[in-house]
Amino acid sequence: MAKEKFIPKASVGSSQDNEISRGKFISVLSIGWLAFLAGLGGFFTALGRMFFPNVSFEPPQEFKIGFADDFEVGKVDLRFKKEFNVWVVRDKESIYALSTVCTHLGCTPNWLEAEKKFKCPCHGSGFRSTGMHFEGPAPRPLERYRIFLASDGQIVVDKNKKFNFEKGEWTRPEASLKV
Amino acid sequence: MAENEKKSILNYLLESQLYKSIIRSGVPRTRRQRMYAVLGNVFLHLHPARLPRHAVKIGYTWCMGGLSFFIFVVLTITGIMLMFYYRPTVEYAFTDIIDLGEQAPLGIMRELHRWGAHAMVLTVWLHMLRVFMTGSYKPPREFNWAVGTILMTLTMFLSFTGYLLPWDQLAIWAITVGTNMARAHPFIGSEGPGASLLTIGDLNLVTASSDVRYALLGGRFVGEATLLRFYVLHCILVPFIAMIFMAVHFWRIRKDGGISGPL
Repeated sequence: MAKEKFIPKASVGSSQDNEISRGKFISVLSIGWLAFLAGLGGFFTALGRMFFPNVSFEPPQEFKIGFADDFEVGKVDLRFKKEFNVWVVRDKESIYALSTVCTHLGCTPNWLEAEKKFKCPCHGSGFRSTGMHFEGPAPRPLERYRIFLASDGQIVVDKNKKFNFEKGEWTRPEASLKV
Repeated sequence: MAENEKKSILNYLLESQLYKSIIRSGVPRTRRQRMYAVLGNVFLHLHPARLPRHAVKIGYTWCMGGLSFFIFVVLTITGIMLMFYYRPTVEYAFTDIIDLGEQAPLGIMRELHRWGAHAMVLTVWLHMLRVFMTGSYKPPREFNWAVGTILMTLTMFLSFTGYLLPWDQLAIWAITVGTNMARAHPFIGSEGPGASLLTIGDLNLVTASSDVRYALLGGRFVGEATLLRFYVLHCILVPFIAMIFMAVHFWRIRKDGGISGPL
C-alpha cells in the first residue's frame, strides 16, 4: 500500500485553492483592522455630533429693533438686554449695539443712569456709554455688534459679527449706523 | 445542653450549601485562608491581601486616599437620595433645592452632599501632597501618579458640574465665567489661538455656535440645555469614568509593589 499523505478530516476540501499566503493574510487582516478602526472613528464622530443640536431654542442672532426714531439721542436703550443681551445706544450722529458681556470674565454689567456708566456687579468694571472701559479689571472696551438698515427701514442687529475697539474695528461701516 | 445545641446550629449553618456557596473559604483561620478570603471576594480583591505595618500608620499616609474614597461613597449615596427630589429644569431646580432644605425629610442630605464635595476636593489635594512629599510618585509608581492626576481633574470637574445644579445667581454666573475659559481653548474654542485658521474659504469652522463651549452648554449661554447637560455629566458620566479610573488606581497600588515605604 502506497503511503498516502495524511489529511485530517477537519481540513477536507480543496486545500490547494484555499491556501492563502502569509503576506496576503496580513494584508487582508490590515484591511479588516482599518475598516474596524474607521467604523469606530465614525461612531465616535457621530457621538460627538450629537452634542451640537440642529435647532437652537435661543433667541435669534439677527433681529430687528425698530426705527431710528424709536431711540432717543444720548440714551442707553435697555429694552433688548434681557432677551438679546444687547444695549442699543444713540449718540449725536450714530446708533450702535453694545454687547452686554463684560470683557473681564463675562458677567452682565448694569447701566447706572445717574452715574452714566455700565457697572459690572462681579468685579466692579466700569464702562462709559460708548462701551469704553475706564475702571476695574476689564482689559478692553465692550464689544459692538453689526448694525444696519433693513429694506423696510428698520434697524437690524446681527450678533454673528463683532467689532472690537482694540482691533480698530469701531470705525468700520457697520459697527455703527449713521443717523 | 443549650450551648451544645446552639453550636450545632452554627455549625449547621456554616456547613450549609447556602453559606458555602456564598463564602467559599469558610471562616479564615490561617494566613493562607485569610489571603484566599480577600482574593475570593469581589469587593476586597482590589485591596492588598497583606499590608505592611507602616501602611496603616496615620502619620505616614494621613489616610487621605482612603478618606477620598470614603467621601466619594458618601457623595454617591447622598447624591442618589437627592435625585429622588431634584428636577433639573429651569422651572423647578432652584425651588427643589429650597424644598430639600425646608420640606424634604432628611433634606440634610443636600448639606452633606455639598460639604462632602468641599471635603473631597480637600482630601484629594492633601492625598496628592502626601504622595508627593513621600516620593511615592517615583518609578515604579509613575503610571499610578498619572492616573491620580486624572482622578483629581475628574474630582474638580464633578465639583464644577455640581456647582450649576442649585440654579441660583452664584451657580449661573460661576458656570458662565468658568465656561468662558473653554472659549479660549486653542483650536477648539472660538476665541482661542488657531481657531481663526480653521476656515474653508469664507466659512469659519470654529464659531461661537460650533466650538467646545457650545458643546458643553448646549447653546451660546447658560440655559435650560446647560442645566440638563451638567446634570447628566454630574450624576452619570463623570462618576462612571471616575469609578473606572479608581478601580485602576487601587489595583495598580498592588501591582506596583504595594504602598510605598517610609524613606
